[in-house]
Amino acid sequence: MSFITDRKRVDGLGSGQSGIEHWMSQRLTSIALIPLSLMFLFPFIGNLGAGHATMMQTYAHPYHALVAVMFFIVVCKHLQQGLQVVIEDYVHGHRALLASLILNKLFCGGVAVVAIFSIAKIAFSA
Amino acid sequence: MAIENQGAGATKINRPLSPHLQIYRPQITSTLSILNRITGIGMTLATVLIAWWFLAAATGAAYFEMVDGFLTSWFGVLILVGSLWAFWFHFFNGLRHLRWDAVKGMGMHSVRRSGWVALILSVLATVLCIVWAM
Repeated sequence: MSFITDRKRVDGLGSGQSGIEHWMSQRLTSIALIPLSLMFLFPFIGNLGAGHATMMQTYAHPYHALVAVMFFIVVCKHLQQGLQVVIEDYVHGHRALLASLILNKLFCGGVAVVAIFSIAKIAFSA
Repeated sequence: MAIENQGAGATKINRPLSPHLQIYRPQITSTLSILNRITGIGMTLATVLIAWWFLAAATGAAYFEMVDGFLTSWFGVLILVGSLWAFWFHFFNGLRHLRWDAVKGMGMHSVRRSGWVALILSVLATVLCIVWAM
């Protein structure tokens, strides 16, 4: 028989008063990607293999440059959120988990920075 | 059955683990669920490749031709077509998830039907994109 009260036994074991933010934010990036991914995809397919001059001309236009930048911001956030859920499911151990989550953020943030810088350079140099 | 002492007075009976993926009959629901995850992880590569494509264009014409040439080579096309299907599947299956989040279409019949619809639409959209790109 335990002399610990029910309250004491469950204290600190339940909700950490967070978690819904991640879930909500993941839905938000999903919804944003419905139009953004399509707006990005078709011009990208059209410019693939079309040559450097054509590609530079396309992405020098503010519309395509802005769509591409917004797409990379949201898709990299969505990628980070998705990979985080996978990591949380399969990576065990506090240190390994923490390291993976940090590396995931650095990786996804890095991809976003490279893409946004490149698109900006194309847009401003043409 | 072996009974191990797990410490703190708790005992654990070693029962068979469930679900046993190797012997579990694949169903449209479980298959599409794992496919959503696999396509999501898989598209990481395409995201990096497309970022690389933009970086190459910003670097210069010669470097761009090299990267663009790789992406339009048979190996590049193989990766991109695979990613294109992954995108369309993740897109339509994502719509399915958002519909569930709105507590719609959650009956077993509806879940199975929307699964097949997402799968068929993903193949159709992929084929249409390839035809359009050629």
